[in-house]
Amino acid sequence: MQTEIKFAGFGGQGILLSAKLLAYAAMKQGFFVAWVPSYGPEMRGGTAYCTVVIGDKRIGSPIIKNPTHLVAMNRPSLEKFANDVKPGGVIMINSSLIPTRSERTDIIELIVPANDSAIKVGSVKCANIIALSAFAAKAKIVDMEVLRHCVMDEFSAKPKIIPLNMKAFDEGIDIANKS
Amino acid sequence: MAKVLMKGNEAIGEAAIRAGCKNYFAYPITPQSEVAEYLAKRLPEVSGVFLQGESEVAVGYMIFGAAGCGERVMTTSSSPGISLMSEALSYIAAAQCPAVFVNIMRGGPGLGGILPSQADYFQATKGGGHGDYHLLVFAPDGVQEAVEMTMNAFTLAEKYRGPVMILGDGMIGQMMEPVEFPDNLKSEPSNKDDWATSGMDTRKSNKRNLVRSLFLDPTELNNNNLALKAKYARMKKEEILYEGYNTDGNYKVLIVSYGTMSRVCKTSIDMMKEEGIEIGLLRPRTLFPFPEEAVFKAATKESCKAVISIEMSMGQMVEDVERCVRGQRKVDFYGECGGDIPTPEKIIEVIKELI
Repeated sequence: MQTEIKFAGFGGQGILLSAKLLAYAAMKQGFFVAWVPSYGPEMRGGTAYCTVVIGDKRIGSPIIKNPTHLVAMNRPSLEKFANDVKPGGVIMINSSLIPTRSERTDIIELIVPANDSAIKVGSVKCANIIALSAFAAKAKIVDMEVLRHCVMDEFSAKPKIIPLNMKAFDEGIDIANKS
Repeated sequence: MAKVLMKGNEAIGEAAIRAGCKNYFAYPITPQSEVAEYLAKRLPEVSGVFLQGESEVAVGYMIFGAAGCGERVMTTSSSPGISLMSEALSYIAAAQCPAVFVNIMRGGPGLGGILPSQADYFQATKGGGHGDYHLLVFAPDGVQEAVEMTMNAFTLAEKYRGPVMILGDGMIGQMMEPVEFPDNLKSEPSNKDDWATSGMDTRKSNKRNLVRSLFLDPTELNNNNLALKAKYARMKKEEILYEGYNTDGNYKVLIVSYGTMSRVCKTSIDMMKEEGIEIGLLRPRTLFPFPEEAVFKAATKESCKAVISIEMSMGQMVEDVERCVRGQRKVDFYGECGGDIPTPEKIIEVIKELI
């Protein structure tokens, strides 16, 4: 059994970090994981995407054409990747920046106003954490408490911002539960 | 030790530290710059030296200098950078000094691109620099193997007193995978009193050591080349590594593939198995010495009708595969070399055409 999750958005939106945290949580639960960034001549504001592959046996190809799920943080990402998602998967749409929808009926659409919710929680910078927790709560790939600890670990060098990110984490779960 | 999630580049840096490497000289180049970034931070913590050279040419000779002193030394670079270091590689091989070179390949020729590639196979296995020399070349297929091979590279560089290369690609450098580090190497560089120019006061012997690659006397030069040849013959006996995947059953086609490309092939093999098509894979883990007998045996299995070399190049390793198969089977090739890694679906399409 293998699950692939594509995270996509603008460079600077924290895509790579969200993906890393999910991979980290899956690793802690004993899964095989690979975190595969798209790397190119990229910069803040350019497109960035990253695929996390989670499996119960060693990951073969790290190159994934059709992911199980998609986390789209901006409009170009949704337009580019929505049709690649396997039927039955979750497509998370950051509705703060994306006015459109996937126009697919064979997937589960999760609408998360990640930026607006992040501003409400305290800082737009934690939009990626809201997106991550909302997506993870919906897609049920990893244990949410394990993931929460991974977020805390990640910010352990900057303990001041842990409470903000915990608030963001809870907000994401809340959005997923209400959807 | 517990598993940690690390980028291949960072893990290679940490592996070098744990192998006792105290000297790292490099010049930044995508897609391997994270090794330098990591070691710039990490080496001072272990009283090591991190030095960014003014160019790869200079770095090559810094490596030669440190290696000549019997110090554990490593550099990392990517394709165009390795070309610039190739002159020094030839000198280091001729002077018989141990050193570790890591090439995280990107597309070429020329400046090429920055995406993964396997187009430096010829350069790594057939020379690169001038003269009769070889590198011991390891081809990891993921972060864990990159770590193990890097650590072993230091001991083997000392065993053979010569340069050892880790040949990865941009994907292995950039991706994160869980990794478990083996125990730190306890050993010190061995036998260096016999050859290293480490300073007379640090040695027990009074013999003057000389590290050189110039042998104007033809007999002396021939003897030096014979000594190198004997080392390569010993490598062929003792260091060949490979992995067979789905090779126990009756496969119709044998794929020969290494590194990142071999992982894509494994996924294709699993997918075809579900359709009832048996395909085998032989993955060389050392590219020099090449697993000649293993390839021959796997290729000439009765059920096997065709052999195909699949690479992220325009066809390089395929020449070694053809050589090993000795005309006993048809040897095909498939490769892409722009930076996009062929998908498992594409490989399946290619294999089905062979059946």
